[in-house]
Amino acid sequence: MTGRISPEYAGRGGAGFPTAVKWNLAAAAQGERKFVICNADEGEPGTFKDRVLLTDYADQLIAGMVLAAYATGAKDGIIYLRAEYTYLRKDLEATIEKMRGKKMLGKKILGKEGFEFDVHTHMGSGAYICGEETALIESLEGHRGEPRNRPPFPVTVGYLGCPTSVNNVETFITALHIIEKGAKWFKAFGTDKSTGTKLFSVSGDCEKPGVYELPMGITIKKLLETVGGEDAKAVQVGGASGTCVPRKDFDRAIAYEDVATGGSIIVFGPHRDMLEVAINFMEFFCEESCGQCTPCRLGTETLLEGLDMLEEGRCSLKYLRELCALGETMQLSSKCGLGQSAPNAFLSIIENFKSEIFDTRCSCR
Amino acid sequence: MPNKDKNTRFGSDRAPASSVAASVEVAKNEKELGAMVAITIDGNEIKVPFGTTILDAARKLNIKIPTLCHHEDLHVAGVCRVCVVEVEGQRTLQAACAYPITSPMNIKTYSPKVRKARRHNLDLMLKHHVGECYSCFRNNNCELQKLAKEYGVDFYRFGHDTEPHHEVDKSSYSVIRDMNKCIQCRRCVRTCIDLQEVGVLEAVNRGPDLDIATFNDLPLGEVVCINCGQCINRCPTGALRANDPSDDIWAAIDDPKKHVVIQTAPSPRAAIGECFGLPAGTSVTRELNTAMRRCGFDRVFDTNFTADLTIMEEATELLIRLKKALVDKEKVAFPQFTSCSPGWVKFLEHFYPEYTDCLSSCKSPQQMFGSIIKTWYAEKAGIDPKDIVTVALMPCSAKKFECNRPEMQDSGYKDVDYGLTSRELAQMIQEVGLDLPNLPPSDFDDPIGEATGAGLIFGATGGVMEAALRTAVEIVTGIKTEKVFENLDIIPVRGFEGVKYMEIKVPAAGPVPPILNKALGGLKDFSFLKGATLKVAVAHGTANAKKVMEDIKAGGKFSECHFIEFMACPGGCLGGGGQPIPTSPEIRAARTKAIYAEEKTLYSRKSHENPTVDLIYKEFLKDGPCGHKSHKLLHTHYTKRGNKIV
Repeated sequence: MTGRISPEYAGRGGAGFPTAVKWNLAAAAQGERKFVICNADEGEPGTFKDRVLLTDYADQLIAGMVLAAYATGAKDGIIYLRAEYTYLRKDLEATIEKMRGKKMLGKKILGKEGFEFDVHTHMGSGAYICGEETALIESLEGHRGEPRNRPPFPVTVGYLGCPTSVNNVETFITALHIIEKGAKWFKAFGTDKSTGTKLFSVSGDCEKPGVYELPMGITIKKLLETVGGEDAKAVQVGGASGTCVPRKDFDRAIAYEDVATGGSIIVFGPHRDMLEVAINFMEFFCEESCGQCTPCRLGTETLLEGLDMLEEGRCSLKYLRELCALGETMQLSSKCGLGQSAPNAFLSIIENFKSEIFDTRCSCR
Repeated sequence: MPNKDKNTRFGSDRAPASSVAASVEVAKNEKELGAMVAITIDGNEIKVPFGTTILDAARKLNIKIPTLCHHEDLHVAGVCRVCVVEVEGQRTLQAACAYPITSPMNIKTYSPKVRKARRHNLDLMLKHHVGECYSCFRNNNCELQKLAKEYGVDFYRFGHDTEPHHEVDKSSYSVIRDMNKCIQCRRCVRTCIDLQEVGVLEAVNRGPDLDIATFNDLPLGEVVCINCGQCINRCPTGALRANDPSDDIWAAIDDPKKHVVIQTAPSPRAAIGECFGLPAGTSVTRELNTAMRRCGFDRVFDTNFTADLTIMEEATELLIRLKKALVDKEKVAFPQFTSCSPGWVKFLEHFYPEYTDCLSSCKSPQQMFGSIIKTWYAEKAGIDPKDIVTVALMPCSAKKFECNRPEMQDSGYKDVDYGLTSRELAQMIQEVGLDLPNLPPSDFDDPIGEATGAGLIFGATGGVMEAALRTAVEIVTGIKTEKVFENLDIIPVRGFEGVKYMEIKVPAAGPVPPILNKALGGLKDFSFLKGATLKVAVAHGTANAKKVMEDIKAGGKFSECHFIEFMACPGGCLGGGGQPIPTSPEIRAARTKAIYAEEKTLYSRKSHENPTVDLIYKEFLKDGPCGHKSHKLLHTHYTKRGNKIV
């Protein structure tokens, strides 16, 4: 079945790992039990597209999970739901019950002998890090939500040590549509390397914020025209862990090969103070770093202190260079994606708005 | 060493960040197809078994990769990020300690990226590491200090706190926690949860606020810590240390009115040399005697004497229990558990309080020694016991707690005044300026300097059991033990396997020796045991103790044992929390070897052949082992603590 999903189809969670490959790996992995987990811990600042899907398209999500179960051989599915979405749980469980009634879940799914799969929900407790798949698994097992060393990857050693495929909400639903309408239809949208359409959560200084479905590869400029944010001075693509793209680069494409995103687009209007933006993101990472590895635990803190120094006009250019080098170390040596992407906003804002920051505050250049 | 049992891997009792739940198994059969992977490290080619970590592969090539959170006894954590290396084709650097080699790869261990990242991560760790190296007990033996030197740290790149941000926790008799020096490598957490399965230390809070803390941040003296000190031995910095009494001991030595007596346990002699640059496994017993005298101790005695005495008492207690069960048909608690290890005793009191009746009522050799010094010795030497200060040189941090137990005052005074660790005595010797390895050797003082090999092997896991069997077999069967066990070596109870089990069929029944007449209530011989199978077991490290206890609870094979030796520390006392740092399986094996080698040189290897033991039962403990007087002085009782700190 995974053959019917084009191998280019990248997961919609943000990392962009090909979904068919992931499911094939889980299918090939040895294990008595296998799991399909839906990562509904939508925690990236500025992302809210999964909320829409969970609210209005829960049946499609579950159907998508059934597909994954069929592809991987998993009998158990878990929806790991963000703590802030607790209000959705009741409806979600009602949908699961309804699907059971329709023989879409349970034993002998759609009459197929031996095809057995069921889903339950599990609440997160409010930690951003639990959106990282191995931390999510730790949390499911009842431990502190902290990422594991990889390899082994969850597809071979995951939840309870069993092969586990963890996918984003949108990934399941999109996979369903690809199976339904065919890979050819899907590939008609997007670029060669980033196929299909993608949901974008657009917020910030624009006239029409909201959830948009747009083809991959769309330029930032085009996107801003669509949402009414043409006068933006910068756009944060990919949430707090993403990149801050300045106006001069608005011709760049939103795609895995250019500016990648899990769906978060935050528009900054001309009046925004970019140093404040950077401080805001860094405070977020200080709060949300799990604290296990040195570069993330103390790097986020050190970068934030540096931003405060900039704010007060006491950060020398020399020290700023040290901080940028530290940011690179965090990208290279942190244990998980959180730490590796925590300095992204800092680095891109410093790179693109250094003169703005220094012009408005500094006396010690 | 850590518990890798599949059934417990996903339980709640594992440390966060330890890779217990997710690791790649190393290929065992190197001939199997695909078992070997060809890799290149810094241009050197090597084939390693599938699943080998980059760190282990590099070590095979003698390529040094620095580590900090990694420890051979513990599960991999991969959190300090000091061991990062560059793997060609990978976007990010990889932690060498955690990265399993499953496909051919090209690794660089000192590329510019790697060096910069390591230096940065060190710079970050130094940021909140408060405390000056001069005033730290780990000065010159600190892994962070060593790395800072190796990586040429000559300034604090990202700042450096000068004011402490934590109060030093001195609430425990045994372990002091100075979290100002903590670099959050979590070795202590993995030691406490994974290795010892006690679990009083945990990681709390997130991000820069992360702390290593006890439950509810209570002082260590108020949580269920068993004082084993294994965390101290594995801390890379000075954040954890033992509660050092040496200032008080110096004061006693300097006080002319005080008669300061030191008793020395077997394990420190096989290890203290490491503090003076000797390789692990160098025994310095007689040089140490000289050193202690030169430090000013008035008498230097051998704890092994009371180890022999413990064997007499504990073996007698076992025979009494067996007689009560088999002859008098009374209900008696079985199996009998050893009680020499104070960490184990407190572990049982907290986690298995319903089994305190199984614990032998014998005090540990340290405490027996204390009460003998302040009674028998005081009398013989004509010294007022109030002027005697007893110091116990121990491999152990829990001994400090033990000597402060309120019940340990049977001599009428505090039986043992101070528990001193190997590390602390090494410091005292250095302060006097002595070159321990090159001191002239000397003997222990009379009258309590005489001990057998049986007492000496108390230092190794299985040693108490072996010593007890050497005596019990001879008494019960009337046959010389060396006729039953070749060379007196009882191999099945030796070695580092976590839990050891042994059955001995009693082939003959000997007469009850006169010394046991009173204790065994007129029994003439041991015919009630003839043909019986004595079942014994040995467990070291509380994680293994827990396995045995859970089996007993479930009515498994260990519940049918008659006698079980438990030691809180991995490897037994020679791996104790007061021993020189570092520790590793190799170091502990070397110390064990030294103990068993020294044992062979002694005049006797059976406790009941110790002439001083004979003398004390004739002269002082006149109603024999487990008699009235020895009950008063040599036995104790326990507290069903549960989760309460009493």
